[in-house]
Amino acid sequence: MSTIILNPSSNVSLSLAPHPHPNLGTVKKSGLALFGLGLLMLFVSLTGASDGTPLLFLLLSFGLASAGGLLYILPQIRENPPGIKHNSIFFSAAMARGAIGWIIGICFTGFYVLLYWFPELLTRWIRLTDPLSAVLRGRPADQWFLYGTFYTLAILVMGARMFVKYRHSRYQQIRTASVMFFQLGFAFLIPAWLELLNQPGFYFTYFWPLRPYSLWPGDVQSLMNHPGGLGIFMVFWGAVMTFVATPVLTYFFGKRWYCSWVCGCGGLAETLGDPFRQLSDKSLTAWRVERVLIYSVLVFVTVTTLLLWGNSYSGGAVLGGLSQGFASWYGFLIGSVFSGVIGTGFYPIMGSRVWCRFGCPMAAILGILQRKFSRFRITTNGGQCISCGNCSTYCEMGIDVRWYAQRGQNIIRASCVGCGVCSSVCPRGVLNLENGPMKGRYNLG
Amino acid sequence: MDDLTIIGNGITGTTVARHVRKRSSRPITVISSEYPYLFSRPALMYVYMGHMRFEHTKPYEDWFWEKNEIMRLFDHVESIDTDRKMLRLRQGGERPYGTLVIATGATTQKFGWPGQDLPGVQGLVSKQDLDLMEENTRHVRRAVIVGGGLIGIEMAEMLTTRNIPVTFLVREEFYWDNILPKEEARMITRHVYEHGIELRLSTQLKEILPGPDGRVRAVITDKGENIACEFVGVTTGVRPLIDAVKGSKIEANRGILVNEYLETNVADVYAAGDCAEFRTPRPRHPKVEQLWYTGRMQAEALARTLCGDRTAYDRGIWFNSAKFFDIEYQTYGFVSNIPLPDENSLFWEHEDHKHSIRIVYLAKSEEVIGFNLLGVRYRQDVCRRWIQEKRTVRYVLEHLGEANFDPEFFGEMEPAVVEAFNRQSPYSQVRLRRRRGVTNLTQA
Repeated sequence: MSTIILNPSSNVSLSLAPHPHPNLGTVKKSGLALFGLGLLMLFVSLTGASDGTPLLFLLLSFGLASAGGLLYILPQIRENPPGIKHNSIFFSAAMARGAIGWIIGICFTGFYVLLYWFPELLTRWIRLTDPLSAVLRGRPADQWFLYGTFYTLAILVMGARMFVKYRHSRYQQIRTASVMFFQLGFAFLIPAWLELLNQPGFYFTYFWPLRPYSLWPGDVQSLMNHPGGLGIFMVFWGAVMTFVATPVLTYFFGKRWYCSWVCGCGGLAETLGDPFRQLSDKSLTAWRVERVLIYSVLVFVTVTTLLLWGNSYSGGAVLGGLSQGFASWYGFLIGSVFSGVIGTGFYPIMGSRVWCRFGCPMAAILGILQRKFSRFRITTNGGQCISCGNCSTYCEMGIDVRWYAQRGQNIIRASCVGCGVCSSVCPRGVLNLENGPMKGRYNLG
Repeated sequence: MDDLTIIGNGITGTTVARHVRKRSSRPITVISSEYPYLFSRPALMYVYMGHMRFEHTKPYEDWFWEKNEIMRLFDHVESIDTDRKMLRLRQGGERPYGTLVIATGATTQKFGWPGQDLPGVQGLVSKQDLDLMEENTRHVRRAVIVGGGLIGIEMAEMLTTRNIPVTFLVREEFYWDNILPKEEARMITRHVYEHGIELRLSTQLKEILPGPDGRVRAVITDKGENIACEFVGVTTGVRPLIDAVKGSKIEANRGILVNEYLETNVADVYAAGDCAEFRTPRPRHPKVEQLWYTGRMQAEALARTLCGDRTAYDRGIWFNSAKFFDIEYQTYGFVSNIPLPDENSLFWEHEDHKHSIRIVYLAKSEEVIGFNLLGVRYRQDVCRRWIQEKRTVRYVLEHLGEANFDPEFFGEMEPAVVEAFNRQSPYSQVRLRRRRGVTNLTQA
């Protein structure tokens, strides 16, 4: 453990030999050991060892891994004074596309492939979460409950890491608390609780077009037909969020109110994905690809939605096969492959926002609103940019923030999710996320 | 059309090239023996610390220069013949020029210490220095840094990220107190200790000793202390790099002598940035300006001149910024380390010793002339406007929130600053009227 010397007369550091890999200390080492043990137990359970004792193995795997993660993360508070400490990230085998990064990428990707197309191979893991599912939902777990459990734990544990890392920045703390709250409450506990009450397991934080089903005839009709008023409220809620709340909130706060404060995909990117944010491609070519892809997905989902409703009105006579084909291809290509396998699986290779940047149709709409009709901007503070590149490097959306900052221009980009990390890492205090009058917000030099 | 040759592709040289290109299509060649593309010199530290790869320090993608027809020549200018308008290159032989801009920058200043050229002793200015430092610090058990300026503290931060213990020799009583007022200098000094740096204040280097392998083994200070170390960082300032003009008709003193238009004594030859020295600087302005910002601003003025719009360099209301480990520093206007007799200074420091705000104003007229900020971000445009408009300290305090540039949800320190002022002058109370926000900024 490195030593902090507060007493100027102390000579403690003289006794320190240089360590390329400093001693982790007992607590962190125990944390790593527990985390490893938890993973091991997860694999042990695949042998059938956990059959009959799922609760024990749930605690031994998920429990130990989470506790180990926290034990590894929390002592970092004492290691350094608060501040940006991106030390050695680009020497890291995990965070700079090294061997460990590729291994993690393959594991993530493989997990998504199993989850979407071979869930029976995950049966024993699903069974592990039965006790939790029984308490929360009053029914056995399925693959999506398993996924939700993984997802929520990842956001909570890695959210704790964000608190440690950004203990000097209230913006980052509050934002992280927000994504943890919305994931745990609105994307995990509340849907489970609704199911316990025999209501539709509705996600109040996902709307069309990110969750296209919210406004597709199938879901809408089944919700409307649900006994009691809650189903109708859910349809109403979804429509209001898409058509009213989205433009209004984006006008006042920019896209960030959703992408880096509420959304679950964003929540995962901002916590589990944070160690990989620097891997996003900043080239002009990547930006071109991004614009083509993201608006194509938006067109795809819009056309699919219109076809489905057209088909629904015509009683399935005209567009039946076509619209169903669109819908199932959308679900496969966009819902599973793009947002899941690539979006999260490629974190260690392409950075934490691959889906949000290249695919998410919700991000596309929010982006258009942010660009054209919003009070949000990243203000550049006069001529103080030293072109160092920290802002661009750590932009998870691959925005070349420096391009604007070094010209003294404000940054207004459709893709900016307002995570605020450019402002946090700027060593000269040049960047600030602000809401203000639309007049003059571009501040072109 | 008249060809433009620029020696040096740091921020000054490339800014001249970019801004000339914006206004004209004349041929532009940038000659450098450091690196073929522009990179951010202040960012070299982040490469060593692993925050970024070297690639990330390049402000423009490599295609940018071709696309803008800014030719780059990787060579070293050995000498300049202004009569024949000819450059002698190390590899490329002779090369004619039409108009010449010298922006060769600066290099480490050493003061003739015994052993200063031993292997393991170096400064940090160029990319080559960075590569050398990587090499030199590989198996180091202790490093000594000589000179308490900005590069020194950056080097200290760099080395600590590699877990190399650092002893930091600082000539002054507190870190950088030849620039910072005593209170701020104390805060930073304390923060340097907090990061585990062994500070030796009021201490200078006397001698660097070689070991049996011919590399640095130890240093001896003027207080007689012998500090064993395998690396010595020399950060006692930088001097203009003017080797290219030696033996030419271009006049030089410490730097290449220029007037306010950045013109040298020879027609069609200009100099700007770290290597230039003003013959007659304005009052309270230095002769040699060696900052990223001044290099860029000089280059912008010079580019106008080169395009037929002869423009004097005017850096406007002074500003600068830096970061000392975790504490950011911004300054606007004039803040002297020792207050001048006709100045008053309002200073507020947070109890955690990591945030402070100083407002300097004239005692008689109460007009504000400078700001010093540690651990808090202020808007350059607002501070500049207040100084330009000669606003009184009372006006500034009432509107102080307008200047705050800290991120949302950060604690606002302005009420405490106003309170500090009211304690100083209990008979005329000031009330803070503006909190943080951008709503009134459109006029800025």
